[in-house]
Amino acid sequence: MTSTLSRLPALVPPPTELPPRAAALRAEVRAFLAEERAAGAWTPRADVWLSGWDERFTQELGRRGWLGMTIPVEYGGHGLGALDRYVVTEELLAAGAPVAAHWVADRQIGPTLMRFGTEEQRRRYLPRIAAGECYFGIGMSEPDAGSDLAAVRTRAVQVDGGWELTGTKVWTSGAHHAHAFFALARSAPKDDANRHAGLSQFIVDLDSPGVQIRPIPLLTGAHHFNEVVFDRVFVPDGQVLGELGAGWAQVTGELAFERSGPERFLSTFPLLTALLGELAGTSGTEREVGRIVSRLWTLRRMSLAVAGSLESGEAPELAAAVVKDLGTRFENEIVDAARTLVAVPPDPGAESGFARLLADAVLHAPGFTLRGGTNEVLRGIVARGMGLR
Amino acid sequence: MSDVLDLAESVLAGSASAGTDLDGALWTALEETGLARLTLPEAAGGSEASFADAAEVLQAAGAHAARVPLVETDLLAGWLLHSHGLEVPDGPLTAVAADLAVDGTAVRGALERVPWARGVSAVVVLTPSHVVLLPVDGLAVTDGANLAEEPRDRVVVDGADAVVAPVAEGAAAEFRLRAALGRAQLLAGAARGALARTVQYAGERVQFGRPIGKFQAVQQQLALAASEVAASGAAASAAAAAADRDGFGAASAAFAVAAAKARTGEAAGEVARIAHQVHGAIGFTREHDLRLLTTRLWAWRDEDGSDARWQAELGATVLAAGPDALWPLVTGTP
Ligand SMILES: Cc1cc2nc3c(=O)[nH]c(=O)nc-3n(C[C@H](O)[C@H](O)[C@H](O)COP(=O)(O)OP(=O)(O)OC[C@H]3O[C@@H](n4cnc5c(N)ncnc54)[C@H](O)[C@@H]3O)c2cc1C
Repeated sequence: MTSTLSRLPALVPPPTELPPRAAALRAEVRAFLAEERAAGAWTPRADVWLSGWDERFTQELGRRGWLGMTIPVEYGGHGLGALDRYVVTEELLAAGAPVAAHWVADRQIGPTLMRFGTEEQRRRYLPRIAAGECYFGIGMSEPDAGSDLAAVRTRAVQVDGGWELTGTKVWTSGAHHAHAFFALARSAPKDDANRHAGLSQFIVDLDSPGVQIRPIPLLTGAHHFNEVVFDRVFVPDGQVLGELGAGWAQVTGELAFERSGPERFLSTFPLLTALLGELAGTSGTEREVGRIVSRLWTLRRMSLAVAGSLESGEAPELAAAVVKDLGTRFENEIVDAARTLVAVPPDPGAESGFARLLADAVLHAPGFTLRGGTNEVLRGIVARGMGLR
Repeated sequence: MSDVLDLAESVLAGSASAGTDLDGALWTALEETGLARLTLPEAAGGSEASFADAAEVLQAAGAHAARVPLVETDLLAGWLLHSHGLEVPDGPLTAVAADLAVDGTAVRGALERVPWARGVSAVVVLTPSHVVLLPVDGLAVTDGANLAEEPRDRVVVDGADAVVAPVAEGAAAEFRLRAALGRAQLLAGAARGALARTVQYAGERVQFGRPIGKFQAVQQQLALAASEVAASGAAASAAAAAADRDGFGAASAAFAVAAAKARTGEAAGEVARIAHQVHGAIGFTREHDLRLLTTRLWAWRDEDGSDARWQAELGATVLAAGPDALWPLVTGTP
């Protein structure tokens, strides 16, 4: 058979083994989580990185050195690697711990400021991010620009000493609690021949005059999403992020960090644990449980492989898209399995336990395959990677 | 690409994949390059390579639908013989776990679905009590086949003058894991091969004035297949790494191999389905080479423990361990 293999790019990097020091770190995190659970500090929930906002918990993580782990020590961080951070985040998610407050700042804003931020911006935000005291949002999406991010219409007009932003951002997770966000805006008129040109990123402090934040309730009724309206919001020159006009490249770089982490397959893990509790002592479900676990184990190995490749300085965009597509579908499969294997109706009013976790998971599930770029759009990236577009 | 994969690709690329019997020319080339007994110790004529290296070679063999008993010779028969203090004969070998009546060196019984039996130089049998090396003359072989038309023969032994050793503890469990590990590599490779051919075809086949790969519906299907291929490869490679790191006796390696065989088996059906859909009717014919890969995917997912079987075993382990043990099992860290 003639070789056609060389035409296909590597879809996932080779397996990554965690460094030996990871085991001690993991044990420390587990002991801390067990202690907090025993003290009743929080109850495990599904989709905690979206809905588990708990500033006390976040600051406690900061105190223990588990935020800003990859940020250099001179900026208040801990100068560790992506794999150390991976171990901590996967333990937190698997336990269903409330991590939403710091999630965006820790995952995305820190690394992006290290890449594109000015010295002043780094000094201003990074130490507080690592301490768990400064929370961020992401201001990319707009009413007419979701999958098609190049269609953003928020305008940045140059004025004396800075820029004035006017426009509307939507679906901004946590904006009502956050101190600041990265806003993607048009700083030069749209050029139809090059739609990606003329976009810039601005760091907008959300208490700036002219910013209005309005809640958009989720299916659960919870306030998580927001509409953020700018009416000539002044952003000083010192708060331009990276290079003017390079917003598109910067945003796509950010997305590589956003797409392959353990949060893309562990959102419903606490429900899976509860499901096993419900199934204890019964028989006949071994096959379905094994099917799920084989998928989970594989996804974790894939996600870890991407983390390993990020750590060695690569940007495995294709692999990240593959992991996110498979992972977010898997999060839904856990919901289906829970419903199919146990005849307990979901109960959003329950304090805790299987029925409550199931209720949260069902109502959160539609978001899994949307946030961070929809699965259809990710498959477009994979198709391009295979040379089809 | 690693050196060993480079070498494997160069040897396998020229192989003739049509036909059903063992590809003797390819086998000779594999022997000459040291790829045929990759993981065996030097004392057994092997290259002492890791399972991770073997995984690369086996995945490449799967992708090229190579007609050679690599898993059987290296991972199974060679290992069984050498680990039981028996000499490993030259040439391609095969191995099965089955019951035979052993009386001194006289052995009686029937073996079903023995891979490649008609082309090998010796058959190794793991019985509940013995490891038995059967020279091929004196065996009655009836041809049989799997869905891919690979030899899966019936072998009748009637008093052959066998070489026999008492079985070591744990050999049966390790045999099962090694067979499943090897099969998972072949599956991952065949899935990758089927995707590569399908992507290539989608770029060439024109309908409505465009290559079909330009249609978003086709792209979405191919991306789904690609994610299954990626999962397959990742699972198979990670299981090989676990075997290298922990050894087959470790619970972590057993868990990894079970998960990998279950996952690669599951991916096989999805990849074959999409590959055929994108190929249209031509892929449904004997004249097209796609079948060499898809029939292997269908055959191999049910060999050495079907995905359903390994899923059930994995599920039983997880349920017995209880909810709090799941995460430690998945991370391999108690
Ligand atoms: C829980 C959650 C949190 C979020 N948090 C934030 C946040 O903090 N900040 C932020 O900026 N955004 C956030 N988002 C927004 C998210 O990034 C967008 O929802 C996403 O990019 C999709 O955009 P859209 O909702 O406008 O859908 P649309 O773009 O309108 O898409 C609708 C449907 O059409 C499909 N589609 C669209 N274009 C194509 C195409 N070219 N090919 C194939 N299919 C296509 C999509 O896949 C989707 O299924 C969040 C979303 C969710 C669900």
